[in-house]
Amino acid sequence: MDRTELQTIGQREQASRKSCRILCCTGSGCQAAHSLDVKSKLEAAVQKRGLGDRIEVVGVGCLAFCGQGPLVEISPDGAIFERVSPELAETIIGELADEAPASGLGRIDRNHPFYTGQLRIVREFSGRIDPERIEDAIALGAYQALEHAVNEMSPAEVVGEITRSGLRGRGGAGYPTGLKWGTVAKMPSSPKYVVCNGDEGDPGAFMDRSVMEDDPHRVLEGMAIAGYAVGASQGIIYVRAEYPLAVARLRKAIQQATRLGILGAGMFGAQFDFKIEIRIGAGAFVCGEETALIASVEGKRGIPRVRPPYPAESGLWGQPTLINNVETYANVPTILRRGSAWFASIGVERSKGTKVFSLTGKIRNSGLIEVPMGTTLRYIVETMGGGVPDGKVKAVQTGGPSGGCIPADKLDVSVDYDSLVQLGSIMGSGGMIVMDQDTNMVEVARFFMEFCMDESCGKCVPCRAGTVQMHGLLDRLARKQATSLDLDRLVQLCHMTQETSLCGLGQTAPNPVLSTLRYFRHEYEALLQPTSPRLARSLPVVAS
Amino acid sequence: MTIVAKKGTADTRMKMLDSAIKKSLYRQDALIEVLHKAQDLFGYLDTPVLKHVARSLKLPPSQVYGVATFYHLFSLKPQGEHVCVVCMGTACYVKGSDRLLAQAETNAGCKAGQTRRDGKISVLTARCIGACGIAPAVVFDQATAGKQTAEDVAVRLKGWLAHGPN
Repeated sequence: MDRTELQTIGQREQASRKSCRILCCTGSGCQAAHSLDVKSKLEAAVQKRGLGDRIEVVGVGCLAFCGQGPLVEISPDGAIFERVSPELAETIIGELADEAPASGLGRIDRNHPFYTGQLRIVREFSGRIDPERIEDAIALGAYQALEHAVNEMSPAEVVGEITRSGLRGRGGAGYPTGLKWGTVAKMPSSPKYVVCNGDEGDPGAFMDRSVMEDDPHRVLEGMAIAGYAVGASQGIIYVRAEYPLAVARLRKAIQQATRLGILGAGMFGAQFDFKIEIRIGAGAFVCGEETALIASVEGKRGIPRVRPPYPAESGLWGQPTLINNVETYANVPTILRRGSAWFASIGVERSKGTKVFSLTGKIRNSGLIEVPMGTTLRYIVETMGGGVPDGKVKAVQTGGPSGGCIPADKLDVSVDYDSLVQLGSIMGSGGMIVMDQDTNMVEVARFFMEFCMDESCGKCVPCRAGTVQMHGLLDRLARKQATSLDLDRLVQLCHMTQETSLCGLGQTAPNPVLSTLRYFRHEYEALLQPTSPRLARSLPVVAS
Repeated sequence: MTIVAKKGTADTRMKMLDSAIKKSLYRQDALIEVLHKAQDLFGYLDTPVLKHVARSLKLPPSQVYGVATFYHLFSLKPQGEHVCVVCMGTACYVKGSDRLLAQAETNAGCKAGQTRRDGKISVLTARCIGACGIAPAVVFDQATAGKQTAEDVAVRLKGWLAHGPN
């Protein structure tokens, strides 16, 4: 495979495309709403009318408006139909054949802020290509950045380009990606590994699932570029087992890329080999932590270890390992294609580019959105998301169990790494859950604490025992059996767990409690039992 | 090294497991994949299967048991004929998945994480299945259903109890 062959495949694919493409969402969400049946009904209707020469039905990745699925989009620039049932699918073809306008189907306005407010870098091709056909991705430019990198750039230049772009890790912590790549590249020992963290464990987040399902080639290309930059020839994608469709599509993508000679030995005629394999998790939230993930890839229990040494020095099998999140890798091809200056011009100071969020909960328009960093939370929730149906926003939860709840009066915050931290939450991987006035914040805190308690790996005491005790106290609060002393103890335990836990899980487990206490303390206080000082002294030190 | 035969097909399943182990080149780091395969074949991981995996991969049984019990998706107990998994992710939670779970528990007559005594239904919870756009979601026998109500769950479970697959 060389550049000309890549271009030929792309051109041939472009030429063979029909003038009208019916894009039918086959993402996990729409599949659950029977979109595969819709797709076969559409295909049958096209065939029945003999329109196969100008219309084609393409199964594509997520069309973003997940709450309204199954979605069917007429490309280019036609209508987007929502809630298409297999029974009504045929009427769409009828409309295209100028028989009668499709009736009984809702249409989504393309000029709705939900679409116009988005800037798509990571999701550039999502919903536009068939994720199961590599040619479709190549037609839009997939693997061009990789070819350019291995043939026309030195590894150091690639690292430099990523550094200048200002890209930060999209897994949540926001570590500068270029710096991480540079560290691994400098390590003298080999082999080195490139690992992709697809263990998207935060409840309420599905951006990475969607990237892997909709455009798997982008992830592979980003990893291969990373491999070239740091001097690794083996890549591993760790995907959670809860995402079977993502696993299947990645497998297929790897097979297709290998068959075409893109992945493998001597890529694009350069002296660079790169292979990718998939590892599947088995249900453990802690495996999103990099050292736990490495242990899991090695076939062991996913238990974090002390850092340093960081994986960049000693990771998988004790070798230098680059670990990045799915979305981080997915940004890389576009950065190389359009240049670091372009990427750095998007976003705000210290947070560049875009971020994909899964906007869910009590919100009118739920689905996936990709917005420039620095967009206000209010714009996302109220304008793009359309606000809460029959009610008003009470809080927005970001960052999953490691994050916090941002109250309605702080919605004007700019969504970037640093601003969210100032409010006691974090950007996290991209879950954004809207809560309305009926949501009880103490229950929310208890819900997250229960999650952390179950997911604690048990290695270190502050997290293993601390989460149990904090959960017990929250439970007591929720049952109106707690006193102000219990609340004090809860806060004390929160700080203790934060300061003394080994890994991110324990260190951030108290965040939902602390952030709800910060903004909704009155809800906690309303549940308290009055206590006499004497009784207080006689209470057990830690309640459960 | 024999396994207690289960419904007469254990041998074939064991052979399939062995060929999966062989395909993994007996690599010890393939343990999680091998356990996934074993669970697919047998429905759950019992002690003889775990011991067999340990011997085949030359791993201490303690490590195999440790891995099998560490990860949530591995089950050491047999599951029901039908499995109802209620997603308890945040998006589903704020949309009332606790009510769906309560309904499932009532209809099935067993608590979350348990199987009915007659082995017909298991009720499980998931941390998040990533179907947040269609919350609250429930997985009935591996098929995800979105925007569920307590009535939907009740109908499905009653169907299972009345007459096999639905």
